[in-house]
Amino acid sequence: MTVLTRRAAAMLVMAVCTVYFLTPLWWLFVGATKPGGRGVGLWFDHFQLGSNLHAVLTYQDGIFLRWLANSIAYTVGAAAIGTLLAAMCGYALAKYRFPGRETLFNIVLGGVLVPATALALPLFLLFSQAHAANTFWAVFLPSLVNPFGVYLARIYATSSVPDELLEAARIDGAGEVRSFFTLSVRLMAPALVTIFLFHFVAVWNNFLLPLIMLGNQKLFPVTLGLYTWNSQVDQRPELRGLVLVGACLSLAPMLIAFLSLQRFWRSGLGAGSLK
Amino acid sequence: MRRTLAVLLLSTLSITACSSNSSSSSAGGSSTTAAASCAPASGPVTLTFTSWVPDIQKVVDIWNQANPNIQVKVQTGPNGNGGTYQNFFNQLKAGNAPDLGQIEYDALPSFRVQDGLTDLGSCSEVTAAKDQFVDWTWNQVSFGEQGHVYAIPQDAGPMAMFYRKDLFEKNGIKVPTTWQEYADAAVKVKAAGGYITNFSTGDPNQFAGFAWQAGAHWFTNDGTNWTVNLTDPASSKVAAYWQDLIDKKLVSAVPPWTDEWNNAYNTSKDWTWVSAVWGANTISSGAPKTSGKWAVAPMPQWTAGEQAAGDWGGSSTAVFKGSKHPYEAAKFALWLNTSSEALTALNKAAALYPAAKAGTSLPALSEGVPFYGNQKIYDVFAAASAQVKPDFTWGPTMTQTYADAGDGFKAAASGTGTLLKALTDAQASTIKTLQSQSIPVKG
Repeated sequence: MTVLTRRAAAMLVMAVCTVYFLTPLWWLFVGATKPGGRGVGLWFDHFQLGSNLHAVLTYQDGIFLRWLANSIAYTVGAAAIGTLLAAMCGYALAKYRFPGRETLFNIVLGGVLVPATALALPLFLLFSQAHAANTFWAVFLPSLVNPFGVYLARIYATSSVPDELLEAARIDGAGEVRSFFTLSVRLMAPALVTIFLFHFVAVWNNFLLPLIMLGNQKLFPVTLGLYTWNSQVDQRPELRGLVLVGACLSLAPMLIAFLSLQRFWRSGLGAGSLK
Repeated sequence: MRRTLAVLLLSTLSITACSSNSSSSSAGGSSTTAAASCAPASGPVTLTFTSWVPDIQKVVDIWNQANPNIQVKVQTGPNGNGGTYQNFFNQLKAGNAPDLGQIEYDALPSFRVQDGLTDLGSCSEVTAAKDQFVDWTWNQVSFGEQGHVYAIPQDAGPMAMFYRKDLFEKNGIKVPTTWQEYADAAVKVKAAGGYITNFSTGDPNQFAGFAWQAGAHWFTNDGTNWTVNLTDPASSKVAAYWQDLIDKKLVSAVPPWTDEWNNAYNTSKDWTWVSAVWGANTISSGAPKTSGKWAVAPMPQWTAGEQAAGDWGGSSTAVFKGSKHPYEAAKFALWLNTSSEALTALNKAAALYPAAKAGTSLPALSEGVPFYGNQKIYDVFAAASAQVKPDFTWGPTMTQTYADAGDGFKAAASGTGTLLKALTDAQASTIKTLQSQSIPVKG
């Protein structure tokens, strides 16, 4: 009996949390199926998701698809390269002894404390000096680095890549670069997926940097594009609906990334927490 | 002959300025010379123009096709207060501001105070265009300074009263022409189960329009000093009037631009809205169930027989400091805001209501509107635009003033303060902000 009640209580807490987290998403989805963004309510009326999607994808010659593609380019590109950089950096800090190692690590850790928003304006002034503001690179280059990823990579490399194994590789004649890519990267794979996902989310949600850097609509990521539409609602009331549908659509890439990498991610987080 | 020589000399200067844009400070220096002269460039010119008008590209395309030597590149972003103004300030600091930018009237003084605008007063085409614009809009861009022009007026938001014709008729209530009648009608509307209007909490812009109509002067600038007076007799009168309606619970008080707000109109709970010309689309999209039942009448007056209106919104096209081609930029801005092809396109793209006098007779603005029972509503706004008081000036820190007044208004609407107190507090904080930015202000 007590087991049952305890179970029921746990289930109740879970159910409440689920409702709490999923209600806004449900609201967004329902809102996206209604005509003209009449977002009131949590149930469907006048279901017309198809024509809403069509309206979003064709508005201003399909600029929304372009934004989605931009977001994916910024995010996947930066997360992939950023993960590689973080892995190499963390690995080097974990496996090589050199003077100033801890100082270097502490400086990188300090970088975790500096919010990306605080760097946006200085970055803008720097890129302006280089005549590179309002270009793809102005958003892409600053997104490559991720101090938290370096931290994770170091912790994970310390615990999951045995020194003996590296020793053996060296004796067998593998160079440092080769043993990193063929051996260590595989051992660190779960951590790398975690870093990739963290980085992916951070870049996807980075809004202030593109807002400050970009004036060319064709370079906007989807977040900035939707924000721009939303701010034009008083001139174009139909944009209200498009913003809802667009926001709903823009969740898709994140969902895909999470669902396809979820398996690795769980094992990654779990392994990290034990050490 | 001498003039040709001068022009030649100047154009060489501006070419040198173009080719040697290594450091931002030197570019800024030489452009000041060009700005003072407003001389045409000798060769083809490319301008950048930042605007958040939806589909502005289509309007600019018309110009680009007809002017191969002055090509305009469009940049866009969120609306001014949504980030574009801050971007302008950043870009001015970095030396890569666009040649032209969209700036609302209430934000122009902040750019003027920061010395971010090119004075177009020396462009004879610009000064000659003065009479093409409704008087008060010209005052907004010249700040009343003779011989100086800091932007070209684009659109305007003259105010009038949207009201539910059917409900007023059905209940035998007279459509108010004065604010006294409006308050009397409010009692009858309440008795009939509705609210005469919604007092927009948290959004002092509508109130500013009311105060403007009543003859308020929130800000004045005597050339060196600013004076802040949010509680002058006219503003106090307007504040007391609305406070009375709020106290008697004759108006609803939901936040503007929300579903709640739309719903209040869509379900016939609120019966009137004294708002700007662009409000016509706000109602028709927010309250589709009430189609055909609305009409538009002039704003209620403080004295019977008077003809005064306020303004709510409107923007201009400014040329930024540092633009190397103010002559071409001004030429484009004039075309954009006076030619009938551009005004028609702007109206079609974003329902902009032109600041140019000729714009009020555009075909699109002379037709009956089905949502308003086929009334030719834009005739009412054309009359209102000419009746907007010409001498209202915005302050240089309006974002802060709005925010502080808005907080106070929210408190007043929920019964924990008064509108007058909100204005008094906003005035004090505005003076403090001006002082902290070293803007000379009379205490």
